[in-house]
Amino acid sequence: MAFVSDLFVNSWNWIAVQLARFLPPWAAELVMMFAGVVVLIAFLLFMVMLLTLLERKVVARIADRIGPNRVGPFGILQPLADTLKLIIKENTEPAQADHWVFRLAPAVAVTAALMPYAVIPLGRGMVGTDINVGVLYVVSISSLTVIAILMAGWGGCNKYSLLGGMRAVAQMFSFEVPLALCLASVVLLTGSLSLVSITEAQRELWLVLVQPVGFLLYLLCGIAEANRSPFDIPEAESELVAGYHTEYSGVRFAFFFMAEYINMFTVSAMATIMFLGGWRGPFVDQLPVLSVVYFLLKVHFLVFLMFWFRATFPRLRIDQLLSLSWKVLLPIALANLMLTALADKVAHRAGLSRMASAGLLLGSNLVLAGVAIATLYLVYERRRAPSLSRRYEIHWH
Amino acid sequence: MLQAIFIVLSVITLGGAVAVVTNKNVFHSALFLVVVLVGVAGLYLLLEAPFIAMVQVLIYVGAISTLIIFAIMLTRRLMNTHQRQRNEQWLLSATVCLGLLLVLVVLITQAHWPVVQANVSEGSLPRLGQDLMERYVLPLEVAAVLLLAALIGAIVIARERMP
Repeated sequence: MAFVSDLFVNSWNWIAVQLARFLPPWAAELVMMFAGVVVLIAFLLFMVMLLTLLERKVVARIADRIGPNRVGPFGILQPLADTLKLIIKENTEPAQADHWVFRLAPAVAVTAALMPYAVIPLGRGMVGTDINVGVLYVVSISSLTVIAILMAGWGGCNKYSLLGGMRAVAQMFSFEVPLALCLASVVLLTGSLSLVSITEAQRELWLVLVQPVGFLLYLLCGIAEANRSPFDIPEAESELVAGYHTEYSGVRFAFFFMAEYINMFTVSAMATIMFLGGWRGPFVDQLPVLSVVYFLLKVHFLVFLMFWFRATFPRLRIDQLLSLSWKVLLPIALANLMLTALADKVAHRAGLSRMASAGLLLGSNLVLAGVAIATLYLVYERRRAPSLSRRYEIHWH
Repeated sequence: MLQAIFIVLSVITLGGAVAVVTNKNVFHSALFLVVVLVGVAGLYLLLEAPFIAMVQVLIYVGAISTLIIFAIMLTRRLMNTHQRQRNEQWLLSATVCLGLLLVLVVLITQAHWPVVQANVSEGSLPRLGQDLMERYVLPLEVAAVLLLAALIGAIVIARERMP
């Protein structure tokens, strides 16, 4: 029972002990490291396949369709068929392409997408390595994704690719700033940059309860960072064919596809860790194996939100997108950071109890939300086009 | 082990640097610059300065290199052109660079490097933050004002002229 209660960590340790019997210590460590990498990548690839199916099913249901239902029961083998199709397809390459850049770009994209999982804790005691600058690591790795997209956009030697790449850069630059500011306010409250410590710090209270504005901002910026709809202008089908991966086919296209889904999973995982208490949940201390379940449930809830957004909202125009980031999200994120710092300091000075200081933080956050919504309403109400009903009234009379 | 990693990182960094200045395609040069900067971040990691390494990747790879690549893509049609990487002043600049290298080598070999026995990486991050906010707040603010001035300058240059 004790073994099963913490199944994954215990079996991992058991394998390590067995290996150490007939291998020198350094070799055993090396083998375990590689095994960890392989297990993580396999897990993520499985998640990608699951997410592609889930997305098609969810979006289909919202659009009042059935979705894939031909391959296997309820279409659950559809991802396998898709993968097979992509693998056996021909790898086309434009004659004018910048060949090495063109070939390297998908690999860079997937590598950059996989790297954050070195520090993301998937459950209690289930983390590759707990470095003390984990948050910063994840944020800085996401900038490598931009390079991969630029390489793809350039390498394809195609106007649409190039435009898609440039849009991607403009978008990811603009949204990285408010995103980092949201993370900074969390770091301020937990006093650590390590993802494991941040999870631990939310033992009593999930941070979404004291930072609702920060959580919403993070989610918006995260969706934009992952190039998901409604912020998917770098690959807007109706304008740019397929954006930066227009010229890619077969396995290389599959790599970009994988990178996008892994990025989506990463954004959800980071939101879970920073705001939803990571793998924390009831009875986790007695039954640590539950931690993985809680973590995946929370992540999949956020992923479901992203699917829902995609099925609901129309795509933004690039100028709307950039002004949303710089004129709306950035000021709110800045104000949130300053207000959080102030409230935290006041709570410390006044010697409030944990609950009281959480209440103070929540109150200041809600005030911020109110002020922000009121300001936005006042600014945009004047510019809004006359509503549909008013326009139709003219015709009716 | 550390020696081997150091040699690999140095080869990557120096090889990338040579590729940056010899490559005929400006876009490739920019990509090699990314390799160099990541290599330098690796060297910081080797020195147990993970914060500096992450900031290096965030600022230099994430912001500066991307801006360079972006500028290259925006300004010229370089798809298949082969740029000359040097002009008539190459001799002068090579002399200056060699002189700088000489000065640095002399300084580094002559300097007395104090060695701290204590474990530095533990708790160095909060200390860095406190020092930046208390002791070195004036230099920090001066740097911030400099960046702000650059930002305003860029906007003044880029904005459309009033009719």
